[in-house]
Amino acid sequence: LKRRLTRIQNQNPETQSTAMSEEKKLAANEYIKIRSNYLRGTIAEGLADASTGAMSEDDQQLLKFHGTYQQDDRDLRADRRKHKLEKAYSFMIRIRVPGGVATPEQWLEVDRMATQFANGTIKLTTRQAFQFHGIIKSNLKRTIKEINQAAMDTIAACGDVNRNVMCNPNPYLSDVHAEVLKVAQGISDHLTPQTRAYHEIWLDGEKLETSEEEVEPIYGKTYLPRKFKITIAVPPSNDVDIYANCLSFIAIVEEGTLVGFNVAVGGGMGSTHGNDKTYPRIADVIGFCTVEQVVDVAEKVVLVQRDFGDRTDRKHSRFKYTVDDRGPEWILAKLNEYLGYDLGPVRPFIFEDNGDRFGWVEDKNGNAHLTLFVQGGRVLDTPEYPLLTGLREIAKVHEGDFRLTANQNLMIANVSPARRGEIEVLLERYGIKDSHEKSALRLNSLACVALPTCGLSLAEAERYLPDLLTELEEVIEANGLRHDAITIRMTGCPNGCARPFISEIGFVGRNPGRYNVYLGGGFAGQRLSKLYRENVPGEEIKSLLEPIIGRYAREREEGERFGDFCIRAGYVNATVQGGDFHKNIKPEALSA
Amino acid sequence: MVHFGGGNFSKRVNKLRIMIPEHAPFDLDQRTRLVELLSALDERQRFWLSGYLAGPVGVGEVGGAAGGGVGPVMWVLYGTESGNSEQLADRAVKEAKRRGYKAVMKNMSEVSVPALEKVGNLLVVVSTWGDGEPPETAAEFYKELMAAEAKLGGMRFSVCALGDTSYEKFCQTGKDVDARLEMLGAKRVHARQDCDVDYEDGFQGWLKGALDAFGPVSGGGMVGAVAVARAAAPVYGKKNPYAAEMLEAVLLNGKGSSKETWHFEFSLAGSGLAYEPGDALAVQPMNAPDVVGAVLAAAKRSGAEDVGGKALFDVLHEDYDITGLSRAVLAKLAEATGSSVLKELLGEEAKDRLKGYIEGRQVVDALEDFAPEGLSAEVLTGILRKLPVRLYSIASSPLAHPDEVHLTVAALRYETHGKARKGVCSTYLPDMLKPGDAARVFVQPNKNFRLPASGDVPVIMVGPGTGIAPFRAFVEHRAATGAKGRNWLFMGDQHYLYDFLYQLEWQDYLKSGVLSRLDVAFSRDQPEKVYVQHKLREKAGELYRWLQEGAHFYVCGDASRMAKDVHDALVAIVRGEGGMSEEQAEEYVAQMKKSGRYQRDVY
Repeated sequence: LKRRLTRIQNQNPETQSTAMSEEKKLAANEYIKIRSNYLRGTIAEGLADASTGAMSEDDQQLLKFHGTYQQDDRDLRADRRKHKLEKAYSFMIRIRVPGGVATPEQWLEVDRMATQFANGTIKLTTRQAFQFHGIIKSNLKRTIKEINQAAMDTIAACGDVNRNVMCNPNPYLSDVHAEVLKVAQGISDHLTPQTRAYHEIWLDGEKLETSEEEVEPIYGKTYLPRKFKITIAVPPSNDVDIYANCLSFIAIVEEGTLVGFNVAVGGGMGSTHGNDKTYPRIADVIGFCTVEQVVDVAEKVVLVQRDFGDRTDRKHSRFKYTVDDRGPEWILAKLNEYLGYDLGPVRPFIFEDNGDRFGWVEDKNGNAHLTLFVQGGRVLDTPEYPLLTGLREIAKVHEGDFRLTANQNLMIANVSPARRGEIEVLLERYGIKDSHEKSALRLNSLACVALPTCGLSLAEAERYLPDLLTELEEVIEANGLRHDAITIRMTGCPNGCARPFISEIGFVGRNPGRYNVYLGGGFAGQRLSKLYRENVPGEEIKSLLEPIIGRYAREREEGERFGDFCIRAGYVNATVQGGDFHKNIKPEALSA
Repeated sequence: MVHFGGGNFSKRVNKLRIMIPEHAPFDLDQRTRLVELLSALDERQRFWLSGYLAGPVGVGEVGGAAGGGVGPVMWVLYGTESGNSEQLADRAVKEAKRRGYKAVMKNMSEVSVPALEKVGNLLVVVSTWGDGEPPETAAEFYKELMAAEAKLGGMRFSVCALGDTSYEKFCQTGKDVDARLEMLGAKRVHARQDCDVDYEDGFQGWLKGALDAFGPVSGGGMVGAVAVARAAAPVYGKKNPYAAEMLEAVLLNGKGSSKETWHFEFSLAGSGLAYEPGDALAVQPMNAPDVVGAVLAAAKRSGAEDVGGKALFDVLHEDYDITGLSRAVLAKLAEATGSSVLKELLGEEAKDRLKGYIEGRQVVDALEDFAPEGLSAEVLTGILRKLPVRLYSIASSPLAHPDEVHLTVAALRYETHGKARKGVCSTYLPDMLKPGDAARVFVQPNKNFRLPASGDVPVIMVGPGTGIAPFRAFVEHRAATGAKGRNWLFMGDQHYLYDFLYQLEWQDYLKSGVLSRLDVAFSRDQPEKVYVQHKLREKAGELYRWLQEGAHFYVCGDASRMAKDVHDALVAIVRGEGGMSEEQAEEYVAQMKKSGRYQRDVY
């Protein structure tokens, strides 16, 4: 294997970059990576500068590879200079939790750090990671160090590398889950960057002798052209949204045994308003591999993207464009070449939905699992709902684990019959027991962080969606749809962290207080949506959707999903694939 | 709400025909030109000029008495923190000279106790700080005097003690010095005078009484000359504060902070007031109308009552300290009300209880507790002391901001005994003034807090919280003078994100190289409290190198804890890095103090 890897590297990586740069200049980030000495840059020096809460531009890019983004409180931006203060800089730290599984001890540590160093909240992300917000620079190193001491890490949580590997936390098939989780962990470990920079900067690791050449066997000096996302789904649940990720493995369980995985490539959400060359894309399922092959397949797909991804344009560098530009057949052929063997034919599978199953379920071993609804994935205390405190108290007695779902919810998993009573008392005491007694619409909602911390957001998301849902619930109740699940997602920008383009109703921030409204996504996340109305003020969304929801309640066919109905009723045309996303938009969708 | 009519004052042009008598020492041409010029001046300009000419420039050698005399030697020994004692000592020297004494001014910082044995006549003016502490500069002398066995049998003396009745150990240093001098054999010729913040009348009475007691000097002095000069001296100062227009008020804390620190800019244009970095600005505040209202309610008065031609409300608003509770106020209240409960509380054996009562309480509480029937306007004003000025370390360099003076003020708002309280002056400035309004101010020089004479000398500045103020002045000054010496600033507050006072300015100074190093300690950003002294210790090696290279070390801010912790850190650093014993390190630091390389402005 090692020889093969070397051969492939000789064929392509940086030599290709050099060749390309003669025709077309590489994207600026490529040079930052080259200059960075394997992600070191001047991060250590920047951390030592007490006069500012910010880091240099280049280091900000490099910090992403270490799992942290520099942000600033945008609510305060206008105000700060008046006080002779720079912007209110702080950092978001994303903690990698492969498969979203954390022990109670880890939960308690996350809780402690959220309270001591972050803004007192834990964000459960749409990719099964923990996020801290509001960590100031002087606490950054300490927090990352303490995360590592709690046997978690942040390296490659962001940046142009493989990120947190997602995995279905399916409680019905806990044996399969355990196996699949092991696979997720294996892929994650294998694709973790090897640079010592992380240890040097954050963990007081020894500095390498300058003569020693750093080895980054998979990524090389310039890592990947862009971020790379891997998921593993266990049908019939597509909760991890395999169609929205670069590379996914669909567990194939035959007669109760995990036999392998279908391989899906080239999904992704990110796009840019007004740039039709950017678009979300649904992954193609191209073949099948065995459990033993899965890590190798993951590596080789990464290598194909490393070698053939577009490094000249950051807006065209995700794997989905590589797949689209060359075609899934070419990708499969190249992958087979890199593997030295061929993927098997795709095995049949069925996805029913991409939501979570709330409440208690018991597995065949007698252990129980409780999935809680967490609005916006935000764990915090309010006087009415002390969720943070309640979960802390539960973590103190819980002997199983915590699982973060891809829908920003939380599972208290593997509760033994002996412990269940105690945990139920705590759930009752802190008012968490009925977390999921909400409308099905709300239970199937997702929102990205957006304002005030995310630098990309054009409009509110997490802070606004709950209120919008309250408005829409009036319509839902009036039409008797309280228990009918409709997936509804909001993001502050078209990069799509909450995967809005594969939900039945999608809101994507366009301007402050205004959203593009998308309809027609597949209920199981299998179909992209289509623009229904552009730049709609938030306060007009309810009246915009009211007649559609009303008609759906009256006219839907047996089992017909809202997204499907929107297409049949002619509100939008179906989007077949990414290249089709900007086409067949009805004229009335576009503002004058 | 009453605002000073700064605008009216400066804009009114009151033309007046100036006449200069023929016997005045000018020739005809000078007289004509003077009349022309002076007549063209408006009231404000004339006022300024009169003060200006009456000052050092105007008086020059006219006084004559300043030349000293041939009479007996008299020392006027002072220990000063804010400069008040120094100023009063200066006046005492002048008056003593006028009476024929060969009076000399002596700072306690430069006097050793044995030298006193040869002094026949001694006047002492000394202030007390914080919890009965001597002024920073007088600490060594005080310690020596208290321990020394000097023979002062040949000495006659009198002490004037400055203090603040709102502190428990009022005038303690003066009391100690007074008692010690007598114990060492000196003869007290005039009783000690303890002066409150409003010291003018007490001082004048004491000076006259003391000098009368020392007796006349044969041959007399040049009576009149100084008096004449003083009579024509309406310079802006304590007796005559300048109505300075507020130019800007900037809240330095960001949204989310629990602090309220203000940056104020005042105009001194045309005032003739001059200052140097390190000086303080005295601000004459007014009481907030709601606080006046509460006191009136407690005293069961309407506020319309006449007090010497002024409504009681206005009198309380402008003239009296209506918040500060002290033993003195309570004693007068006890006398006025005859309250037996209060009298008991004031008794010798109830000292701790009294202290407990005063803690966190104000005049209004005492009125409610001990004067349930209310008080007449006359009695009420009778128990109160005059509203004292507040001193703030100046936060600007006159070179960087000509005709302006800047302050950094932390507005105090807190709750005690179930009532919302606020700092008198620290909330007067932000609450009752807005840009365009005027505050009554004067400059209070502080010669004990000065940049090194040479711009090449490195400077280390430790100024957490509003202690940053004089260092903004220092850094601005070093930048404006093109000083080559390095500047190292240690600052701190509660939160990095919201309380980084003047952050953008420090960033600019770091970029331009004026500031060589900046270290910050934000106490509440992490589970453990981190203060400037921790940052000092972290940088021990580098800091000691700077000291060895002659750096001056300045500390400004909280006296109760910070200054001591920083001092301890300094000694520890010198001991550790210099490989010294505790005693050697103490000596090293004491030597720094003596040579003016370790200066503090703490409060």
